[in-house]
Order: sequence, then C-alpha cells, then structure tokens
Amino acid sequence: MSESAILDVRSLRVEFPGRHGTVTALDDISLSIEPGEILGVVGESGAGKSMTGLAVQGLLEPPGYVAGGEVWLAGRRIDQLSDREMEKVRGAEIGAIFQDPLTSLNPLFSVGQQLTETIRLHLDMGRADARRRAIELLKEVGIPAPEVRVDHFPHQFSGGMRQRVVIALALAGQPKLIIADEPTTALDVSIQAQITALLRSLCDDHGTAVMLVTHDMGVIAETADRVAVMYAGRLVEIGLVADVIARPQHPYTVGLMGSIPELGARVPMLAQIDGSMPRLDAIPSGCAFNPRCPHVMARCRTDRPEMIARGTGASACWLNATEDAA
Amino acid sequence: MLVFILQRVLNAVMVMLAVALLAFLIFQFAGDPVAQLANEQMSQADRDALRERLGLNDGFVTQYLRFVVNAAQGNFGISYRNGQEVLGLIAARFPATMELVLVATALSLLIGIPLGVLTAIHRGRWFSEALQFTSIIGVSLPSFVVGILLILVFSVILGIMPAFGRGEVVQLGWWSTGLLTPSGRLALVLPAISLSLYQITLIMRLVRAEMMEVMRSDFVKFARARGVPRWRIQYIHALKNCLMPVITMTAMNMGALIAFALITETVFQWPGMGMLFIQAVTFIDIPVMAAYLCIISFIFVALNTIVDITYAVIDPRLRHATR
Repeated sequence: MSESAILDVRSLRVEFPGRHGTVTALDDISLSIEPGEILGVVGESGAGKSMTGLAVQGLLEPPGYVAGGEVWLAGRRIDQLSDREMEKVRGAEIGAIFQDPLTSLNPLFSVGQQLTETIRLHLDMGRADARRRAIELLKEVGIPAPEVRVDHFPHQFSGGMRQRVVIALALAGQPKLIIADEPTTALDVSIQAQITALLRSLCDDHGTAVMLVTHDMGVIAETADRVAVMYAGRLVEIGLVADVIARPQHPYTVGLMGSIPELGARVPMLAQIDGSMPRLDAIPSGCAFNPRCPHVMARCRTDRPEMIARGTGASACWLNATEDAA
Repeated sequence: MLVFILQRVLNAVMVMLAVALLAFLIFQFAGDPVAQLANEQMSQADRDALRERLGLNDGFVTQYLRFVVNAAQGNFGISYRNGQEVLGLIAARFPATMELVLVATALSLLIGIPLGVLTAIHRGRWFSEALQFTSIIGVSLPSFVVGILLILVFSVILGIMPAFGRGEVVQLGWWSTGLLTPSGRLALVLPAISLSLYQITLIMRLVRAEMMEVMRSDFVKFARARGVPRWRIQYIHALKNCLMPVITMTAMNMGALIAFALITETVFQWPGMGMLFIQAVTFIDIPVMAAYLCIISFIFVALNTIVDITYAVIDPRLRHATR
C-alpha cells in the first residue's frame, strides 16, 4: 500500500463472539484511501460496508472486536488505541456522516451548540471564535443565512438541510478522513445529488479523503474515484470506478452492475443475481459467492481466492487467476 | 409562547371550575346545613330567615357561582368543628406539609437521578444489580411501614432522631418553617426519608430505563463519532433527553405526595394538612373537607400547568410547535 495514504486498512478482521460460536463479520479487508480521494464501498445489506467504517472509527458495538489486521491513519496505527485515545481521533482526524440526518442530531441542542461543542473539543478555540467558525462551516455546507440558522434547533431544518448540518459537524474538527455511511439514502433523489456534489467539492477543496459507504451504485458512479465491492464480509473487487463499471472482473460485480437500471435503455427485465447472500455464520468454504456464481468451478468450492491485481484494480476470483496463468 | 401559556392557564381554570363543582356538591349531598347550624329552640321563621340569609333559597347555579367566587378569594367558610375560618386553619398547617413534600421531592431527585444514570451506565456490574434489587423493596414497602421502621431504628433503638412533631419552628409572616432551627431540621429527616423512599426508587428506575433507551439512539452514536467524551454524552446529551418524563413524574407525584403525606404525617404526628383532613373526616367537617379538596386540586393543576410550560422550555420542538 502506498506511503501517502490517509487511511490504510491491512487485512482487517472483525469477530463477534456469540452463543453459537464466533461469527466473522469482516474477513481480510485491505484498502487504502489517498488524500482528496473518495473511495466508494458498495455491497448488499449485511456485506460489512458499515462495519468496516465503524471498525476504523473504533465504534464497533460490543461484543464485536477487531480480531486481526491493522488500521493506519496518516502513518499512525489506531486499531489498538484505547477508547479514551480514540475520542481524540474521532471528530478530530476522522469525521463521520450518518445515514439518517433526522436522528443524528441531538434534538434538545441548537445546531450551533452542537457545532461549537465539536469544534472546542478538537480545536483550541474560545467560545466566540468557535461560534464564528460554526457559522463559517454552515455557510460552507450551503446553509442560507447561517448567522440566523446557527441558533436554530435540528427540527427547524429540512432533511437535506439537516444532512448539511451533519456534514458541517463532520468537518468541524478539520479531519483528514470522513467516513460517510449511506449519507444520501434517507434523502429525496433531488437532494441526494446536491449532497454528493457537496461532498465532492469539500473533498476537492480541503484534500479530505472520504470513505463513502453506500449500496447505491449510482451514487458511487457519480461521486467516487475508486470503488471497493464487498460480499459477505469480504472484499471481492477494488478498482477505479470507471474501470469497475465498464469492465467488472468479479462475477458478483458483474451481477451488481447488471442490476442497475439504465435511463433510456430498453431492457425487458433487469438482471438479477439468483439466491441471496449467505448468513455470516454460514459462509460456504472456498469463495463465498460460489453457490450463486454462474462461472463456478470445482476450485471455487474448496479454495478461497486471494485478491489478485489486474489492470488498475484487483479482484478475488479464480477466473482471473486461471486467465493469468494461461 | 405566550399563546401557549395562556392556553395552559385557561385549561387549568376549566379543571378548577369542575373541581369546585365537586366540592360544592359535597355540601349539597351532606344534608341541610340549616339543620346543622340551627339549635333546638329556633322557630321555623328563624330557620327560614337563616336559610334566606345564607342564600340557600337561590338557584343551584347562583349558589355554585357564589361558592366559586368565595373560594377564589380564599373564603371557604367556617369549620363546623371549632368555628374558625377554614382558610386560616389550612394556612396554619400548609407550611408543614409543603416543607415535608419539598424536601422529600428534592431528596428523591438528588438521589434518584444519579443512581438511575449509574445503574444504566454500569449495567450488569454488581452494585448496579444490587441497587436494582433494593429498589424493588423500596417500591413495594408501604410508606407507613418504612416510617415505623425508621422510628424504631433511629428513635427507639438508637435514640438519635425525634420520633414525632416538627421541632422548633420560626414564623416568617404566615409561613412557619422548621428549616431554620436545628431541632426543626432534625425532625424533618425521618419523615422526609420515609416519604421520599418510594420516589427515589421510582425515579431511579425511570431514569435508568430512559437512559438505556437514549444511549441506543443515533444521536448518541453520532456524538461518539464526533469525538464527544463518554461522560459528556452520558451526563449532558443523554441525561437531558431523559428529563422530560422525570419532570412529569416528579410534578405529578408532588401532588400525590401532598395528598398521601397524610399517612406519613399520621405516623410521625406531623402537624400538616393531612392530619387536619383526617380530623375533618372523623368530625364530618364538610367546609374543611371541601377546602382541602379544592386546595389539593389547585396544587395538582398548578403543578401540571408548570410542567407543561417547563416542557416547552426544555424541548425546543414544543416551543415552536405553537407559534
């Protein structure tokens, strides 16, 4: 992985010990994000996309824990820090955006109070300066009349405006990395585009790296530079967005792309992937996708494929290995 | 906000009118007041004159309105038992009850809220489970048992606390307070504890349940993701969101405490309104009972109105909903 990366996740493994044995929720996840880059993380519900973000932030719900691998943030290893040390990392170095802006904000505090709280926790600023900064942030995320709005309470904002406030909160500590977990899923389609455009421009202006977790391939295509595709807690493919969309390497990615409706194209029926993702406590041996894969080979049922680099990306599929060998 | 307050106050007035009607009806059903006031020698003419003078020949509505107007001015008539002004009787007893109830409420909040937060945060630890278990005992023990136990332990066996009465009191205008003298404060301890024990456990369990609920909410997770320290999330972000039901319950229960203080007052021979009421019941002293009903209801209604207004102060969503 490159030296300049803001976030470098190496072979991350997350386990949930339970009554019926330990469930491996994330298995051998490796990815990195450069400054100013947006990495999309895509997959079905339960594939482990949000879990990856939470693991990086040290916010896994007990009994879940990081069982293996390393997380490096700007050259510093953070997966072994105590919760108290992580409090200084969260907000200051890693900003977060949650899915539902209606519930992410404390209803009893004005947005200004929540902003100045975050600012003063992470930056050495007095009350007045923090307030000025809060107004600047609101202005930056495109909230009209920020001098007035700063004293308003969350319920006085619309959904899209609230998500802008959440983004302002994520930016408040001037983090190097923002983890955005489904930031547009709860919003109207017209607002979605505004929010993704805002993320893109903030990322370009500040050189902030963004991990954009979503199940919406459309959002990834519009916003992200690179994309990581996850399946059953594993990484199946990673690469430049344009390449992954145009030439997906993994059969699962192919299926995922086939299920995106295209405007104007006359398709009698959208392609779908038969079957469903296995439960995390019942992942088949070999490649996790093998029961649903149209190209399944004997080897897929026994040996788990490693990530194999090819072109600008990499994928975990024996199909590519045989082609390389041939 | 002003409209909101006006609405609440108007509601409260309506409720009080209804209560006054009930209190007024007690007189109607308790027989002919003339028969009780008149002595054997009075002629029928005298009785009629008395009836006319008391306004008992007027229509029902007129009499009711007269009762309301008098009651609103604090005139509840004269006690059948000792011929004193009812209001004066109650005013003399009111401070004792009020001090007891206020101290008990303060105790229950000061002890109940922190205990609730602690047991919610340290769920599963031994002291948290122990408190939970003890609180069941607190909820299920009737307050007179608690009172008698306290008297037994601290007054009879240890002999360090007075078993009854208010101790020395100081008069501040019409208000008599026991808070300013050492013996008054000491006398307040046992009754206040026995009255607040149930409240403490109730508030503790309520805060615990609310905290556990709130700590699961998205904004708490988001606050953690913003890097807000854990103690700040628990005591500022989460606790504030738990306060609404606590305020409701405290205020509702303050009314109940005033009314039920009569048990504690009887156990500790506390010279409050509860004792007055019990005496009034034994003597069928209707003006005192009616006045007690009106005043207790007034306190209930006033507290509820204050709670409604406090809601709006705590929760901005309610504040703006009425604009």
